[in-house]
Amino acid sequence: MGSPHMGSPEMGWNEQQESPREAGAPGLDLAQVREKLAAAEGPEYWRSIEELADTPEFRDMVHREFPRQASEWPEGVSRRGFLELSAASLALAGLTACTRQPEEKIVPYVRQPEELVPGRPLFYATSMELAGDSLGVLVESHMGRPTKVEGNPEHPASLGATDVFAQASILGLYDPDRSQSVTHLERIATWGDFSTALLGRIQALKALQGEGLRILTQTVLSPTLAAQIEDVLARLPKARWHQWEAAGAHSARAAARAAFGADAAIRYDFAKADVVVALDADFLTSGPGWVRHARAFAGRRKAAWKKGEAKMNRLYAVESSPTVTSTQADHRLALPPQGVAAFAASLAAAVGVPGAAAGDLGAFAQAASWVAAVAEDLKAHRGASIVIAGDCAPPELHVLAHALNEALGNAGATVLYTEPVEARAEDQIASIRGLTEDMRAGKVDTLLILGGNPVYDAPADLGFAEALLKVPFRAHLSMHRDETTAWCPWHLPASHFLEAWSDTRCFDGTAAVVQPLIEPLYPSAKSAHEVMALLGATTDATGYELVRGHWQRTVLAGAGAGFEAAWRKAVHDGVAGVGAAASKAVPVAADAVARACAAARESGGGMALLFRPDPGLYDGRFANNGWLQEVPRPLTKLTWDNALLLSPREAEKLGLATESIAEVAAGGKKLALPVWVLPGHAEGCATVHLGWGRSRAGKVGSGVGVDVYPLRTSAALWQAGGVTITKGSGEHTLASAQTHQDIELQTREATKRHLVRHGTVEQFEKNPHFVGEMGHHTPAADETMYPPHAYNGYSWGLAIDLSSCVGCNACVVACQSENNIPVVGKEQVAGAREMHWIRIDRYFQGDLDDPAVHMQPVMCMHCELAPCEVVCPVAATVHGPEGLNEMVYNRCVGTRYCSNNCPYKVRRFNFLLYSDFETEVLRMAKNPDVTIRSRGVMEKCTYCVQRINLARIDAKREGRKIKDGEVVTACQQACPAEAIVFGDLNDAGSEVNSWKASELNYGLLDDLNTRPRTTYLAKLSNPNPALGGGAAHSSGHEGDH
Amino acid sequence: MAQLFSRSANTIAKASIYGGAVVAAALGWLVVEAIPRSSYATGKTVVYKQPVPFSHDHHTAGLGIDCRYCHTSVEESAFAGIPPVSTCMNCHKNIWTNAELLEPIRESYRTGVPVQWRRINDLPDFVYFNHSIHVAKGVSCYTCHGPINEMPLVYQHATLQMEWCLSCHRNPEQFVRPRDQVFNWDYEPEGSQEAVGAKLVQEYQIQKLENCSTCHR
Repeated sequence: MGSPHMGSPEMGWNEQQESPREAGAPGLDLAQVREKLAAAEGPEYWRSIEELADTPEFRDMVHREFPRQASEWPEGVSRRGFLELSAASLALAGLTACTRQPEEKIVPYVRQPEELVPGRPLFYATSMELAGDSLGVLVESHMGRPTKVEGNPEHPASLGATDVFAQASILGLYDPDRSQSVTHLERIATWGDFSTALLGRIQALKALQGEGLRILTQTVLSPTLAAQIEDVLARLPKARWHQWEAAGAHSARAAARAAFGADAAIRYDFAKADVVVALDADFLTSGPGWVRHARAFAGRRKAAWKKGEAKMNRLYAVESSPTVTSTQADHRLALPPQGVAAFAASLAAAVGVPGAAAGDLGAFAQAASWVAAVAEDLKAHRGASIVIAGDCAPPELHVLAHALNEALGNAGATVLYTEPVEARAEDQIASIRGLTEDMRAGKVDTLLILGGNPVYDAPADLGFAEALLKVPFRAHLSMHRDETTAWCPWHLPASHFLEAWSDTRCFDGTAAVVQPLIEPLYPSAKSAHEVMALLGATTDATGYELVRGHWQRTVLAGAGAGFEAAWRKAVHDGVAGVGAAASKAVPVAADAVARACAAARESGGGMALLFRPDPGLYDGRFANNGWLQEVPRPLTKLTWDNALLLSPREAEKLGLATESIAEVAAGGKKLALPVWVLPGHAEGCATVHLGWGRSRAGKVGSGVGVDVYPLRTSAALWQAGGVTITKGSGEHTLASAQTHQDIELQTREATKRHLVRHGTVEQFEKNPHFVGEMGHHTPAADETMYPPHAYNGYSWGLAIDLSSCVGCNACVVACQSENNIPVVGKEQVAGAREMHWIRIDRYFQGDLDDPAVHMQPVMCMHCELAPCEVVCPVAATVHGPEGLNEMVYNRCVGTRYCSNNCPYKVRRFNFLLYSDFETEVLRMAKNPDVTIRSRGVMEKCTYCVQRINLARIDAKREGRKIKDGEVVTACQQACPAEAIVFGDLNDAGSEVNSWKASELNYGLLDDLNTRPRTTYLAKLSNPNPALGGGAAHSSGHEGDH
Repeated sequence: MAQLFSRSANTIAKASIYGGAVVAAALGWLVVEAIPRSSYATGKTVVYKQPVPFSHDHHTAGLGIDCRYCHTSVEESAFAGIPPVSTCMNCHKNIWTNAELLEPIRESYRTGVPVQWRRINDLPDFVYFNHSIHVAKGVSCYTCHGPINEMPLVYQHATLQMEWCLSCHRNPEQFVRPRDQVFNWDYEPEGSQEAVGAKLVQEYQIQKLENCSTCHR
């Protein structure tokens, strides 16, 4: 049972969906699994519990590379039927060659823009906002058609990198389900109609000084939009502005007020931090400025092997729900929420924070032993450490983190405080509550909802939707006709950020212009600026005029007569060029710490339910984005579903297993959702992800997963106490990619052959060659029957630093966008047919209840002696003169021999016609430099050969060689942690050569003599000797064979 | 019992056996050779109707306008570029202003709706050809497009099949010219093409790129 793809071998392919399962009875004996792990010869690395249990079903599944459907012939097919089919397909196959090329048109410009060279892309700087944070990006435009998002190297939040959401935003732009028209009561209307209706309303409200007018936005970062709203509020003083961001920084805001008595934005400098303590903080994949943080943090992880730089940092992670950040931790402690709070209080007391009182760690023996060691480590690194609390951590943890940073002298050194970056910092919980109460009391006459989806994501206890009905005039601006649209008579189509002018500020306060790349695809789409302009003094101002005008008055006021030049430069560069916000000193109030410690003590026991933004759908806004639905979640590898994440022990206690249904009751409400047993989850709590179960997301996202917002109340946004979880009836198949494309039987092989290699800094310093010694015998250069290839020109290679990779998935989606990789859907993923060219293998190491986690991106290795090349009967995969393992789609006849013979399992086969050739608007999202593959064709990572070819052509035309760093693969470019480097192995000075020269460098399965061109740098950790081996579990298998 | 078949049946049998073989061979030739390489299949030399019967013969051979006046990106991009209507109007604002034939151009210029030309030299979508590098390595327009400067209506000069591409990729010395002669329609090699070509292949470091990913990706 357990994993969804485990039909018994004799089962027909059409039966598998309804396969009878023993409901609720865990098919896996976890005690037995623990025994295995504890045994001396037991596996060290593993990927799933099913794998550890090594059931016959699991073996069967792994044995077949593409489980079930792939190799099954439907039952009941007679010999005659088979012959008929094969004859017909043979005849038809012959005929397909006779189709003529379709007639094509060339449609040149009428007036060609000056800077445009047909056939060459242009890049424009802009910024993408997400829930109170923004990221500067460069967007690739092919003759006016945006196709790819890259990071903006000049933008402080990006430095050239991006995140998974920015990468997927391209698909969001071309979403066919976007709203295309203004509607009133479900009938198509015009902006003129709306404007007339609204202005009539406003006219009446003017006499009342705007009493009854309410504007609801998400967190506003745009200085221009804020000024527009403030302007309306100034003219109608009794009107009010409310904000609600479902997955916003509520705790950080509350904590800033509690600790400093003032609002503040926090800026961390991870490059300067030797010791980091993360309290329920996923700072490497979420929170303001995380892309920048990931880079700075990874820089210090690389320090261990990049000699001459600063020394390696150390990360302690204390958390309830496993985060991606904790996979990088040198020490990780899984505690239920009250345990994390008690730990933080005790740590504050141990460090000597005035007013701190140690928490009750009686129930958490390990935590108690931690406090002294972590406190010592922090005290030894005064001014060079960071204590960070996550967005989902309660305010008291933030207060304690502020106090710790102050006491340790980090404030002003590694932790800077500035004025808030958001336009108006306010308690958004109180804001939405106030609005709902006023609506219910009939005090709201006109409500403009500018973006967001409050009917779906407002706290459940408020009853937002019912209260909304009491508002006579309500209008909703959004890109989709979503849940909130259904409750508003007026629907206004919103433009995408790539379609409209705006501005924003990023985590350090740097202002940036949001520049459109394309006219709105649907002409009636408008931005929030344009809607607010309807209420402004001049109703016909465009977004451009509004933003430019505001910048002239404020951001670039200093430029004076040189404004035009400064404005053009700001638009071109993607940053204002006036620097970051100035830092300020904010002392922590004396009694705040005592109050936080008291709150920590009071935090309740019992089962807690933790709410977390989804790593793909975030708060639900990306539910209709197929790329984000299908990207395997970093830790669970789940796609197309959310689940109740439980620790193995908790699941055992409750009699639940992966895929069985649990009933979760909180605050009188009950939800049924499938269970996913996640090793490393704290006991005494369970995690659910927000953003699922949308009823009106669109064709892709509606009805996918379970909506957990009904359990989320304003008093407990991130963790609800006193929850009861019981066993429900039935099962739900979850599509997880965690055991797909297995490299043989990974349970044993990963350990024996050291697929992922890992050690400590100490070990590395003592014996720099420990990584090489781990592997089996690597054959010498002449130990092969094949003639060697000669490389006179370039010889490409790639290296991945496992110390840096956090598994954030930015590379996976970047590759999908760059290489036109299709989305396949849940059923196909369950059949192991996902098409991502990069998979990120997530290994657990050691203990079932508290494993270390390692991430390893695996794509085509471009083997020097590639097993795939020799078995292709039609030479569709061949070795190129620059070392690439080339895949020729037009030659491929789909035998799949190559994939069968690939030891890395990195080839993907188009079992069905996955690429959408039909939907007009989706065609615009495709990269014109890469072939769109059809059914029956094998594909895989090409090292972004289109980028190599372009660089080669440019270099040749200029009569020079390609420079190091000129060819950047899509994954490398997107990576926030700079974990990937690509370059010419024949260039002695190339960066990739310097990485590969490290003693940490090793090839995956290099004992097979495939001589992979993609190699890995073993992961190093830096455990605290005072805490023993730590999360590293570095048993150091030097002498095990 | 009398013979079932008369003596002549032997001849018929033989004829039908040999004849069958001939027919099979002819069919094979048709399917493998004749049809795929026919202009029906390749589009070679087929003339299509265009929205405006633009004559390269008149503009290039007759008036001597350089290729790059219209195909502006041929030296820097994969795509040579089809001129925007505004390029036509540079001249046709002043000459032939009332010509019936040019009405679609003027209409496009007035309304902003682009003219849709029928693509003639159309490679399959899985082939990525780059004009700029060919021009930079001394491959003339003529080499692939033939006497396009004298075509009243453009037609495809070559089959554009892979064997045709490879004929040059394998033997570039037979085709390349000095870079400054790429756009010269009256070019004659000084001496034999083989000798000039071999020298240029050396000088321009022309590689014989025959691997798949040069064009397919």
